[in-house]
Amino acid sequence: MSEPLLKVEGLKKYFPIKGGLLGKVSETVRAVDGVSFSVNEGETLGIVGESGCGKSTTGRMAMRLIEPTAGKVFFEGKDILNLSKSEMRRTRKDIQMIFQDPFASLNPRQTVGRIIEEPMIVHHMGNSSERRKRVDELLELVGLSAYYAKRYPHQFSGGQRQRIGIARALAVRPKLIIADEPVSALDVSVQSQVLNLLQDLQKRFNLTYIFIAHDLSVVRHISNRVAVMYLGKIVEISDSERLYDHPEHPYTKALLSAVPIPDPDNKTNRIILKGDVPSPAHPPAGCPFHDRCPVAMDICAKEVPVLKKTEDGRLVSCHLYD
Amino acid sequence: MPQSEQNTAVQPAEEEKGPFVRNLLEFWKSFRKNKPAIVGAVIVLFFILMAAFAGFIAPQGINDQNINIRLQPPSASHWLGTDDFGRDILSRIIYGSRLSLRVGFFAVIGSIIVGTLLGVAAGYFGKFIDTVISRFFDILLAFPSILLSIAIVAVLGPSLNNALVAIAIVNVPVFGRLVRARVLTVKEEEYIMAARSIGMGNTRIIFNHILPNSFAPIIVQGTLNIATAILDAAGLGFLGMGAQPPQPEWGTMLSSSRQYITNAPWTVLFPGLAIILVVVGFNLMGDGLRDALDPRMKN
Amino acid sequence: MLSYSIKRLLMLIPVLIGMTLIVFGIIHAIPGNPAQTILGTKATPEAIHNLNQALGLDQPWYIQYFTYLKNIFSGNLGTSIQDNMPIAREIWPHLAATIELSFVAMVIAVVVGINAGIISAWKQNSALDYSAMILALIGVSMPIFWLGLLEQWLFSVKLNWLPSIGRLDIVSTVRPITNLYLIDTLIEGQFSQFWMVVRHLILPAIALATIPTAIIARMTRSSMLEVLKSDYIRTTKAKGERMGLIVYKYALKNAFIPILTVIGLQTGLMLGGAILTETIFGWPGIGLYVYNAIQYRDYPVIQSGILVIAFLFVMVNFVTDLLYGLIDPRIKYR
Repeated sequence: MSEPLLKVEGLKKYFPIKGGLLGKVSETVRAVDGVSFSVNEGETLGIVGESGCGKSTTGRMAMRLIEPTAGKVFFEGKDILNLSKSEMRRTRKDIQMIFQDPFASLNPRQTVGRIIEEPMIVHHMGNSSERRKRVDELLELVGLSAYYAKRYPHQFSGGQRQRIGIARALAVRPKLIIADEPVSALDVSVQSQVLNLLQDLQKRFNLTYIFIAHDLSVVRHISNRVAVMYLGKIVEISDSERLYDHPEHPYTKALLSAVPIPDPDNKTNRIILKGDVPSPAHPPAGCPFHDRCPVAMDICAKEVPVLKKTEDGRLVSCHLYD
Repeated sequence: MPQSEQNTAVQPAEEEKGPFVRNLLEFWKSFRKNKPAIVGAVIVLFFILMAAFAGFIAPQGINDQNINIRLQPPSASHWLGTDDFGRDILSRIIYGSRLSLRVGFFAVIGSIIVGTLLGVAAGYFGKFIDTVISRFFDILLAFPSILLSIAIVAVLGPSLNNALVAIAIVNVPVFGRLVRARVLTVKEEEYIMAARSIGMGNTRIIFNHILPNSFAPIIVQGTLNIATAILDAAGLGFLGMGAQPPQPEWGTMLSSSRQYITNAPWTVLFPGLAIILVVVGFNLMGDGLRDALDPRMKN
Repeated sequence: MLSYSIKRLLMLIPVLIGMTLIVFGIIHAIPGNPAQTILGTKATPEAIHNLNQALGLDQPWYIQYFTYLKNIFSGNLGTSIQDNMPIAREIWPHLAATIELSFVAMVIAVVVGINAGIISAWKQNSALDYSAMILALIGVSMPIFWLGLLEQWLFSVKLNWLPSIGRLDIVSTVRPITNLYLIDTLIEGQFSQFWMVVRHLILPAIALATIPTAIIARMTRSSMLEVLKSDYIRTTKAKGERMGLIVYKYALKNAFIPILTVIGLQTGLMLGGAILTETIFGWPGIGLYVYNAIQYRDYPVIQSGILVIAFLFVMVNFVTDLLYGLIDPRIKYR
């Protein structure tokens, strides 16, 4: 296989918590603790986990909106963490983001046309009439009327706003789009429309997606591969089909059992996890999941499991598969 | 497009209006109901018109002296009486509105410009820049404001313009802190993250996204500060550290008339009333603007 | 709490250093030759040279600044150009006069302001509430020097009830012990003197109290209104407790934190406002001391006067900050 479009190695983000008299760092929150993955051109990688597991931080670090504490990010083979400010700004043209909250991610004081045009202005694309024409095209591409360009974000519904956010991301013809929970703020009925739109666009423009979500069902039909995160670490990566049919990591199993299945006869055993997600400032020793794991063994409290290839070729980090 | 989304399409009447016009309408709706605020706006407008047309409405010039009619009580020919040089007090008060409004507006505009620049720098860039600028504000705020302006005038020399500069400097941290706090809030909005994600530089983010969204509190505080600036200018004038006689600045007029208060109390009474009226006007308007523009700022 | 106090105290250091820098800078920011400015155009070159040396102006500025700091720490506030007296010795009686005046004014402001605010909130939207709030609005919008002049005119000139100038009648003296005459006269047991001191205090204290009274009244009202709407007050009402008791005993306690903030801030601001009041009433406080120094271009006095007032201002704010923690157990300091 050729080189992946984006490759992330050992990404870490520690947030210091300051306290005490002189503002000494009293503890560190390990929001992301050594995450590695790669995304090939044209595919969709889903990243799934509960809130606070570091999936959004990972997405933001992958496009250097947050500077990682450690690790490397290669985009088209070059390490973007070493780029200068202006080189980085130019690279942003190829990596765009769609945000979770369609109400917060659009400046309330700009027209929709202006919002979509702005990335093109920043990257010096075309003159103003060309840009305006492209705004109209983009609006129609995402299923809105070109006529809406003069309106303001507050005049739209959540789903429509998310379409505007998508149009903004598409404006500069990016190669990679990082979608940070793009549908979780939307009504269920609107969710599938936006997901379908994203899939259509991917086919048309050969886009690559990193799709971040907190529940597995949303990711299911859009992702080629899925990474499951828990407490700042990836616990399992696999292609979606196998992940959904035969989850291997106990945490993935628990997450999957929580997905409702529309079949009254199918009575799967729902795995209810004990306790809450521990604070990332004080992760448990050993496997971070061991204190909630239904099948935990003695070793789990002592040794940190590493991400290893299992027999069928996927990556799982669990002592069960040692 | 799906039905559910079309239901939310907006009525044509409102459709082409930008947030500016829309906010203006909304603002007017809530401002109009606030009777004290309307009273304040009317007073302010009254003084602005008075200043603009002083040459037409003042019965006499600023310095038309007539020793024969010194210290005359209010009468049909001199509605507010005359002062120790036989000058018409009403005319001097009318012309004086120019000086007070000038100090009020320009001092506040000066503080807003400098305060906004510093506040944006502190809030947006944070870290070392923030520490330096915030400490600078703390130091300026460590002096009672009138005292600091006196110190500045003591250095620059007494004049109306130096008083204006002093008042502007003293109020810089007021706006600086306000803007800094606002920037810190706006900076966390997701559309700022979105702007960075499309590769936008800092300058553009500040001017296109952060400043336009920080405007309302600045306007409110600015209006209220015009009131205090006018009061401070009058105080400096009274201490002989602002406008100098024969300029018809109200505080300066009070200071030169105070020795006649026993025999001619009107020489002191009316300039003071003028100060109170214009300051009440700006205070009422500022409170009204706060309620209408920015309900979060209420206490 | 202790860690917060120490932290807050440490944060004072840069502020105090900045303060001395600004005050130190006053004399250096004067355009041209400061000694010339101080002495006027008729001064001989020799006199200018001597003054330059006396003020240390012939040395590099950082040496001057460190000398300045060293002097302040050893309690040397410089020498008055006007009368050649050490400022540190001159300043205390003035400071005491200002403290006495400000204290009395603050007592008036707190008593009148809090009660007016409470009654306004209690009888919300009544005629009483409206008139109190209109008065408060005028209070914050009024030039206090103008109010002072009118007071003098009405109560001293027209009615002849109260003296209009100074701390004492011209012919009498009080033996200064603390320089707070209210206390000194009581120590000496001279009640007629005490009464004289009180009579002199009334007019300037009222003028100085106007703005803080108005601001405290407004703050008390809004803070009380919020508390009076809360559930626990409604519960107490439902239990049949008398309204007066509810308002003064239960509600005021919880409305007090924001009021305290305002009181602290206003106490500090009063020290600045005192310069106007003292000028009008010939009150020999630190404001008048600085004001007279400005007339004589006595820069060492201007500098030290401003430094002392600013220092007090910062300290008052510091103490207010610490008081919150003692009063409101909910406030946790980071």
